[in-house]
Amino acid sequence: MTTMTIAKAINAGLRRSLEENPKSLLIGEDIGRLGGVYRITDGLQADFGADRVIDSPLAESGIIGTCIGMALRGYRPVAEIQFDGFVFPGYNQITTQLAKMRARSEGRLTVPVVIRIPYGGGIGSVEHHSESPEALFAHTAGLRIITPSNAQDAYWMTQQAIECDDPVIVFEPKRRYWLKGEVDTERPAGDPFQAQVVREGHQATIVAFGPMVPVALAAADAAEEDGYSIEVVDLRSISPIDFDTVVASVEKTGRLIVTHEAPTFGGIGGEIASRVSERAFLSLEAPVLRVGGFHMPYPVAKVEEDYLPDIDKLLEALDRLFTY
Amino acid sequence: MATSAEAAVAGEEQLLQLLDENGQRTEHARLAAYVEDVDAEALRGMYRDMALTRRFDVEATALQRQGQLALWVPCRGQEAAQIGSGLATRAGDYIFPTYREHGVAWTRQVDFAEMLRIFRGVSNGGWDPRENNFHMYTMVLAAQTLHATGYAMGINQDQRGWDAERRAADGDAVVAYFGDGASSEGDVHESMVFAASFDAPIVFFCQNNQWAISVPFEVQSKVPLASRAAGYGFEGLRVDGNDVLACLAATRYALDKARSGRGPVLIEAVTYRMSAHTTADDPTKYRLSTEEESWAPKDPLTRLETYLRQSGQADDAFFEQVAADADEMAAGVRAKAFTFPDPVLADSFNNVYAEAHPLIREESEWFRQYEAGFADNQTGGAR
Ligand SMILES: Cc1ncc(C[n+]2csc(CCOP(=O)(O)OP(=O)(O)O)c2C)c(N)n1
Repeated sequence: MTTMTIAKAINAGLRRSLEENPKSLLIGEDIGRLGGVYRITDGLQADFGADRVIDSPLAESGIIGTCIGMALRGYRPVAEIQFDGFVFPGYNQITTQLAKMRARSEGRLTVPVVIRIPYGGGIGSVEHHSESPEALFAHTAGLRIITPSNAQDAYWMTQQAIECDDPVIVFEPKRRYWLKGEVDTERPAGDPFQAQVVREGHQATIVAFGPMVPVALAAADAAEEDGYSIEVVDLRSISPIDFDTVVASVEKTGRLIVTHEAPTFGGIGGEIASRVSERAFLSLEAPVLRVGGFHMPYPVAKVEEDYLPDIDKLLEALDRLFTY
Repeated sequence: MATSAEAAVAGEEQLLQLLDENGQRTEHARLAAYVEDVDAEALRGMYRDMALTRRFDVEATALQRQGQLALWVPCRGQEAAQIGSGLATRAGDYIFPTYREHGVAWTRQVDFAEMLRIFRGVSNGGWDPRENNFHMYTMVLAAQTLHATGYAMGINQDQRGWDAERRAADGDAVVAYFGDGASSEGDVHESMVFAASFDAPIVFFCQNNQWAISVPFEVQSKVPLASRAAGYGFEGLRVDGNDVLACLAATRYALDKARSGRGPVLIEAVTYRMSAHTTADDPTKYRLSTEEESWAPKDPLTRLETYLRQSGQADDAFFEQVAADADEMAAGVRAKAFTFPDPVLADSFNNVYAEAHPLIREESEWFRQYEAGFADNQTGGAR
């Protein structure tokens, strides 16, 4: 067991993949000599060379599209997109090409491309640096989407994504890059596409993922002081979603809040609410509530505190949940 | 006096050529060296490939008219560009086509009938790309040019540590096909930037058939496309795309260069789409019949036929035999197209992901039960 930040854990996970799999390689803007704008790939080019850790031209469609070609040639490319808001020039390649290559070829071709995207707000940045576009990608069949919320998951899920034969988008919670946690480099984190109950409780469930997991845990602690017993589920995988774990938790607690930073409208929370009402209707003591962002472009840094779901917004939702 | 850009738009710029409009061999020392081995038999083979491609195209068009295909994308007029460039490749080279490269596919031993699967609506792919190193067709314009570049970067990755000589002898290369319209897409730009940055062994083969759908070439570019290559730092060649010999020679030259690690090459094959863009298109709405007529004498098949006849390398018997073979092939293609079984949606669930996926499992199970309910009703079975 060693303690490290999420950033360091991802770096260590990438390093281990590069060591163990000669076909894995990294590509992205500024990831080589600089080590990425978040320094996630720090030191990797120095150790593995410019052919394995590739500084690409500044072109997102180019990065994703060439990753597809490299994967067709037998490689396992890991692309870094510099910021969430800049993935869109590559959106065409991701949704029309990467996601569909396997289906179009009737299962003959696999394109094991990993796309790492730092996402979410709370870092006081300028526009297009704080977005949460996970639902846009989750709607496309053929992609897998995961998001670690702690160092142990960051270390292992990074490697698991690279080993996966399907294209995987890893949304990395950028405001948690410096969050420290224990990493057991011997014991894998388990199936990356399964949710985890990270806090037991019996009166309500909060489902969160990525950057919102620590917020959900803190809200659950605060609610406990008021006498409530709240369970927290870390979704970990946004596509597929492990509904079994979510439903099992709701069957136990009877109440559910889903929270994410992305706008509530059309978000992952709606999908979970709908599924839970289908599968656990009779267990529900209250409607499923969603706590997310507003339907507006991510706001300027000075007011992002008001925009982001926080402990108080979750407690307010819990209050409403218990009025039923 | 016209500026060079004006001349280019008017198509007046000198084209690399080995066989002119009248079916006469022309001089070009640099290119000619690349077709020295092409003897009478090889020439007849090229004619045959072009004739079969054209006959296939006619048959597919007829099948569409008869309601047997949802759509057809004709390649009439582009046979020389496709057969010439396709024959220049080696088995280990990987080709990324757009959606009109039926002749290239033929040179890669992709079965003509299999190519109808897409247009008959029974597949979005149709053939195994790995069998002939001929990728699936791509409907999103220009997307495949990046895949081609990435694949070529992968070849470089394979060859790390090789010396240049070994690489020249053994290296695979890639050809990416796209059209003059697609050349406006950002992906083409990005693919050329990446290819140049990483010295990828790739040949960009643009068939400039003068039209996107209804938009003419001059709206896509003010300069010959070949001249754009200089801006990326590699070589561009402007070739007579209706001259099969020149297309063969230029592509061989470009592939040699690419696979020896001397960087990518862009070939602009200047040709003409003689028929509609697709069977859903109506070219009378946007182009003059005089334009079509002006290209008729440049027909790639007539040109090679004239040369073969005048040089005594083929006679009536040969051309009659090719026509008979083509008819037989077309009948075979037609018969085979009718044997494609209808796909079942249930199978589509199997190909979305490589690894087990709970949502797919859930939805396919639901669909299975839903369909089973109808089966009961049809057989009248009471439960
Ligand atoms: C990204 C994209 N935009 C639009 C279309 C619709 N479309 C299909 S073919 C075509 C024209 C293509 O022209 P060109 O690249 O010159 O190739 P050609 O068909 O002439 O061979 C258009 C606009 C498409 N397939 N993909």
